[in-house]
Formats: sequence, structure tokens, C-alpha cells
Amino acid sequence: MQKLANFKLPQFFSYPPYFTLQPVRDTREKQIQLWKELILDYCKSQKIFLIGIEEDFPLFSNSAIDRSLSHEARETFLSAIVGEGRAEWLDKGHRKCLILWHRIQDWADIILQFVRDNGLEDSVMTVEEIRSGTESLGTELEGIDRTILMRALKLLENKGKLALFKGTSADDEGVKFSV
Amino acid sequence: MASGSSSIGIDGFFENAEVTTSGRPVLRRNEVECFLLSSVDIDSEDDPPRFTALRSGNLILTTHRLIWIPSQSNGAVPSSVPLAAVTHIFSHKKSIKSMFHSPRIRFQANPGSIVVTIVFRGKGDFDEFLTKLWECWRGRAWEEEEKSESETSRSGSGTVAQGLYGNDGTVRMVGLAGILRKEQEQWESTDKSLQDAFQDLNALMSKAKEMVSLAEKMRQKLLSAPSSQNGSTDDEEMGSKEEMQQWMLSVGIISPVTKESAGALYHQELSRQLADFVRIPLEQAGGMISLTDMYYHFNRARGTELISPDDLWQACTLWEKFDVPVMLRKFDSGVMVIQNKSHSDEEVMSRIKMLVTKTETLRVGVTASDAALTLKIAPAMAKEHLLTAETKGLLCRDMSPDGLRFYFNLFPEIDPTNIHIVKDFGTYGEWIKATS
Repeated sequence: MQKLANFKLPQFFSYPPYFTLQPVRDTREKQIQLWKELILDYCKSQKIFLIGIEEDFPLFSNSAIDRSLSHEARETFLSAIVGEGRAEWLDKGHRKCLILWHRIQDWADIILQFVRDNGLEDSVMTVEEIRSGTESLGTELEGIDRTILMRALKLLENKGKLALFKGTSADDEGVKFSV
Repeated sequence: MASGSSSIGIDGFFENAEVTTSGRPVLRRNEVECFLLSSVDIDSEDDPPRFTALRSGNLILTTHRLIWIPSQSNGAVPSSVPLAAVTHIFSHKKSIKSMFHSPRIRFQANPGSIVVTIVFRGKGDFDEFLTKLWECWRGRAWEEEEKSESETSRSGSGTVAQGLYGNDGTVRMVGLAGILRKEQEQWESTDKSLQDAFQDLNALMSKAKEMVSLAEKMRQKLLSAPSSQNGSTDDEEMGSKEEMQQWMLSVGIISPVTKESAGALYHQELSRQLADFVRIPLEQAGGMISLTDMYYHFNRARGTELISPDDLWQACTLWEKFDVPVMLRKFDSGVMVIQNKSHSDEEVMSRIKMLVTKTETLRVGVTASDAALTLKIAPAMAKEHLLTAETKGLLCRDMSPDGLRFYFNLFPEIDPTNIHIVKDFGTYGEWIKATS
């Protein structure tokens, strides 16, 4: 059984046809499902938020069987994840893909829980602190992708749970919670 | 829905006509097809009617019979009337009134001097049909058979006579002289027969059966006696021996469906005839034969009235509309083949399945050449079968710099909601064992 870092790979990762985009519709749908699950599982375990389609994402090739996914295959599988709302293309050329192994709504809920757990109901924090401050060490929020964090915060702002404001320096935004 | 025995008349007027699985009539010995029309009804003129009317069928005129085949399965049975039973054909007068009605022919037939009306509701050359009907009825082809049958029985029944002259006064064929004389007489009559035939192409068609059996005899003679004295007469008639051998065609279809005799239904009838013909070459080729091979076989058997490749292809495409046991199949590569509907893909699929579930092939898959070797078929056919198996979900593909390979399709066995689970049963487990 293969491992990538500390992630246990499923057996079918060594099945050569897994790396060829299948032409037959039913077979292809099954293949897409398996790739979706694998990519989301892996990204969640390794806290990967971004996949560059032309980069060496470890899942895209298996040197043990000397196979790797074609560009078309990569785009097909990532687009399928986008289609389910678990990812987003960041550019029109479909070169960079933001992976939402938690949906934005899920992240918003995690932030609210974080606020409650740490008694921050009426506090002010910087955005950066949310992702790298002491309170967030060891939590899901540690190291969260900035883009995703901003989206979740904006969602909460629309619900009136917090207010975003610009900070002293150019790119230092702050949050006032009113949970 | 008509009742089951609708076309056996009240007093058993019609005879049952045998048809092939494709709906073509089975012709008797020496019987030649002459004309075909569609949308024909046959009614009884008498009151009360002497038989149940036959509605909407194809009417086929042969040298011996009128055959009616229902065009839809409405419970009617293919029926025929022997021309020998026809006692009188009423003359057909054209009138102003007749221009607005469907043309009809009335004739009288035995048993019982029944008056029968044939109504032609379809398009078709009615006048030509009528002419041919008179020709065939007057031709009395059935009587020649009876004559030759009774002749052979007569010559066999006399007592053995001694000497040159037989009991009935004819010169008996005895000894070597007799044999030579018999041969001489046969060749002279053959000679005359050939001359008559070649002068009139219409007559040639009606002598088709005779010609074909003559051709076969002559071919055998040529092959066995390269420089026989009897050969010289024929050489003068037909040129060199080689030409004549080429002219000797395989014995095949006696009454080829032609554009003339079937008119607008040409492609339909050709289609049915082709379906009948195709059976034997198909069996010999193992259930699948390419369209080009079939073109060769079919035209070779027809001899004259060759069909074009386009006609052949059209005839095959019409099979979808009829209930025939063969089909035209186009592979993705463009190759077109004719195959039996029953030639099961199942059979080939099960052999492929056995091949890909072996331990070694589970591990490394199969190429088209591997499959060709194991299944004992041509590599091109093997590839088509593998692609078909892929379409059916039995196999999936692996494309790499090493080429295209096919593996047993494990995807259906893997649960996406639980990607680490391997079920106890199933080939997925076998594959894991094979690759560990």
C-alpha cells in the first residue's frame, strides 16, 4: 500500500486505467467520482487549498506504475469538483483551482464556533490573527487560505455577525465580531 | 386482428405457399419468378363468396403459380394458386370508368370454376404484369415437367430388349457406338439450345435454369477432358477454352430479382433475397463477413444482372425494416460487416472476460494483438471486439507511451463513499492479489 506523506492511498491508485481519462460515459462517471473523493480527502488531510493544474500535484502521477494524468484529465476531474461546489477556478484559463474541502458556509460555522470557544463575541481581531494567532493554533483555522477566509468573513458580515474594516497598514484588515 | 385460418378458403381454394425466414417465396424446381407487385387484394366475385378475401399483400407471378404474401402480419397466410388451375383469363377493357378505379384482373380457376378478382391498389406496371401473366399461363411450364417426368418413367418401365432396336421402335443405345451416339445427340441438342438462347436475351432469362445446369456439365467436361473431340464444337461457338471457363459461373440463384421484374420494390425484394443468400457464406466465415466479401459472393452467384455496390449497401440497410435474422454493422473504424443477429456478442464477450481475468492479464492488461492470438481472429477484428467490450463496460482502457491496453473494468466495484474498502467478493480483490 502506497503512502504520500502520512496519507494512505487507496489500492486503485495503482490501477493503470485510473490514470487514463475513460471514453465510455458510465465508466468515466465512476472514475470522476473516485478522483473527486481522493482529491478532497487528500487536500483536507494535508491542508492544501490550491491546486495548479500544471504543477506537480502529487496525486496527478504515480511513478510506481509510471503513469500520470493528462492535462485534459486533470481539468476534467477538477471541473467536476467545481461543478459540485467544492472548488472554484481562480482564472478563466482554468490553471488554478481553489479547493473547498470545507464549503464556505462550513468555514463560516467554524469561525463562529471559534469565536464562541474563545470568548471573542465582541472583540476585534486582525484577519491575519484568525489564521495564525495563538488561539487558532491546532484548530482547523490554522493556516487557512486567505482567500477562503475572506469569503467566509464576508458571508458572516452579510449576516450581521461581524464587521470588516481596513487597518493601519494597506493590507491589514480587521474584524469586529458581534456574534 | 383477422382470424387465424383466414386464407384457407371455405372450400380450400388456395394452397399454402412456403416462404423463407425473410419472407421470400420458396420456389419449386424449374420455377422462375417473373413479376412482383405490391398492395394487391384478391377477392371472390361470386355471391356468396367462395373464399375469404386476401387483403394488402405482395403478388408474385412465377412460371408456375400466382403467389400472394401478406405485407403485414395480420394473421393471413402466404397463399398460392397454380396457373395450371386457371381455366380462363377475362380480357381487360379500358374504359373511362376504369381510369378512376384501381386496375383489376379477373380469371376463372378450378376447383369449381371460381371467379377470382385481383385488385392492384399500389403503383406498378399493371400492363406489363398482365402481359407476363398471359405469357406464363400460355407457357405452361408445368406441363414440360410432367412430360419429362413421364418420359423417364416410361423408358425405365419397358422390358429389357436385345439388339439395336428397342421395344418401342427407337434406336437403342448399346455398346460403345451407342454411348458415342448418345453423347453426340446430347451435344447437338445442347448446341441448338445455346444458339436459341443467345439470340434472344428474354428467352435466355427463361432458360436460366437450363443454362445453369448446362454450364455446370460443360465445366466438368472441360476440366476432365482437356482435348476431347466434343470440345471443338463448343470452342467455335464461344471462343477459347479459357474464356469459356471464366464464363462458367457458380451455380447460384436461378431467378435473380431484377429491377424489371420487381419495379419499385426492387430494393426491398433484393434485400430479402440477399438475406436468404447471406446465410451460408456467413456460416462459413464464422458468423461475420465484411461487406466487400459479400459483394463478391453475391454477384458471383447471380451471374447476370449484377448489382452495384450501392445497391448492395442499400439492400443491407433495409434489413432494419424487416424481420430478418441478419444485420449490417458499422464499426467505429468505418469497417462494415454483415453478421447474424444471433452471432452473439455475448459469446465473444465471455471469451474476452475469461482472458482478462487471468492473473497475468489482470496485472498487465491486454493489447489487440494479445487478444487476436488468444481468440484466434484477425487483429483488426480483435480490436473491434475489445472496443465493443469497453463500450459495454466490461473493459476499460489504459493509454501510455507503451500503447493502448485494456483491463478488466474494476471501477464499478469500488465504492466512492468508502475508497479504502475492498469487498470480499469481486475481481477487485483478485486484482490486488495479482499485483501485490
